[in-house]
Amino acid sequence: MKKCRRCTKPATLHITEIRNGEAQALHLCEGCAKDYLKTVSVGSPNEEAPAFEAGGNPDAAGSEAEPDERDTLTCPKCGITFKQFRSQGRLGCPHDYVAFREELLPLIESIHSEVQHVGKVPQRVPGISRRQYDLLKLRADLKSAVQNEKYEEAARLRDQIQQLEAEAPHQSEAL
Amino acid sequence: MDLDALTHTSGEWLRGSGPDSDIVISSRIRLARNLAEFPFPPRTDDAVRAEIETLLRTHVQAIESAGELTYFNVNSLLPIDRQLLVERQLISREHAETHGSRSVSIGPRETISLMINEEDHLRIQVLRSGLALDDCWNDISRIDDDLDQRVSFAFSEEFGYLTACPTNVGTGMRVSVMLHLPALVLTKEIQKVFQALHKINLAVRGLYGEGSQAMGDFYQISNQQTLGKTEQQIIQTVKEVVPNIIAYERRVRRALVKENRQRLHDQVARAFGILQNAQTITSEETMHLLSSVRMGINLGLVAGIEMPTVNELFIHTQPAHLQKLRHETLESSERNVARAAYLRQRLSKNEPQN
Repeated sequence: MKKCRRCTKPATLHITEIRNGEAQALHLCEGCAKDYLKTVSVGSPNEEAPAFEAGGNPDAAGSEAEPDERDTLTCPKCGITFKQFRSQGRLGCPHDYVAFREELLPLIESIHSEVQHVGKVPQRVPGISRRQYDLLKLRADLKSAVQNEKYEEAARLRDQIQQLEAEAPHQSEAL
Repeated sequence: MDLDALTHTSGEWLRGSGPDSDIVISSRIRLARNLAEFPFPPRTDDAVRAEIETLLRTHVQAIESAGELTYFNVNSLLPIDRQLLVERQLISREHAETHGSRSVSIGPRETISLMINEEDHLRIQVLRSGLALDDCWNDISRIDDDLDQRVSFAFSEEFGYLTACPTNVGTGMRVSVMLHLPALVLTKEIQKVFQALHKINLAVRGLYGEGSQAMGDFYQISNQQTLGKTEQQIIQTVKEVVPNIIAYERRVRRALVKENRQRLHDQVARAFGILQNAQTITSEETMHLLSSVRMGINLGLVAGIEMPTVNELFIHTQPAHLQKLRHETLESSERNVARAAYLRQRLSKNEPQN
């Protein structure tokens, strides 16, 4: 039985995706498939693509005998395998966060309890993304204001968020 | 600034003044940054490592926000000089021990250090005396901004600043405050502090960070989570908890004095006596006794010695400092004799203090 490409559950759904003219077979469990289909229908093709491509060619993905097929994942930029990362605890290059995204996500979540950066952003990040960060930052602040029962501050933050969302409705939806 | 001159001074963070400086030794923030177009240092060969070092060094030396920097090529330093920088908290143990092209640039009064080719391409550190996290953040963020204008840091809109180890990803920020908690250790109340901090995801480490023992009753409280919170939120979490620990330590000190002043006085006086008279003494025992004396000064149980002197002795009696002060390489047993001699000289009632 094939394992789900995103978690370790057995894959029950088999999707063939045509991306950039190339067919890709995706094997997912029910939960992950739902998530996957959701992201596809919203229309953010690039977000998901690299991690699946990084799984290597479709032939490699077919090696079902592998005890853990995540281990054979290789970063196309630095050549490190996911197995090497797991034994050394250090990634090879910045691109690994794209190549091993699906595999890193649960790890990152268990370390930080969060999976989305809300802190400082380099100045070269374009204006549209900056506004998204402002929103993320405000939402993080709102969360902690509510947790600390600072309701006046929370109300002020909520107004700010609504104002920003009104200015850029499409950006905020994507989040 | 040269390394031999450093030996006779101490960094700003040991100045031992400012609010709550009887308990709060120093505040430190470090940022991990990587160049977008290169593999992380553990995955680079010597040639690429040298290329990264040269490139980053040029930019580090060109920025103004870090002040006048002194550059050290860590790779060509003698092991004892690397150890000296570790003892002064200017480089990490990992930076001292790895191989290949790597460096550190140190700012005036040792408050700023920029390590190139540690675990990440760049590690920026700001270290200050007392509880001063906001000052640390202002300094470090300005340095980061200046460098950000010159180089392209590896950054993802999802995961933030990308680091060699996923434990640092996001803000790449580690905020820590070093506390001296002898009374909590003496009464074993420190365990409760550990548990409480663990619950709010703060880590407790010893004097020299990860994996080091809590020598001299020094503990570093730091954040573990670096992703999903703003820098200000992370700083705030640490800032909010520190006054509680300070109050706890003070409460236990008062209780100790109240319950058995004589016994405490005896302990402190004996510690001071050993330090003033020993003929051979290990680093561990020195740290342990200095810790007692330090608390004794705060409680008015010891006279004739100033806090900055004690702070300095914690560092100057460590192996590399001791050997540099003596201008010779010493075996462990020889160091114990030299350490005792140095302590006698610094703590002597008759001789003037340095």
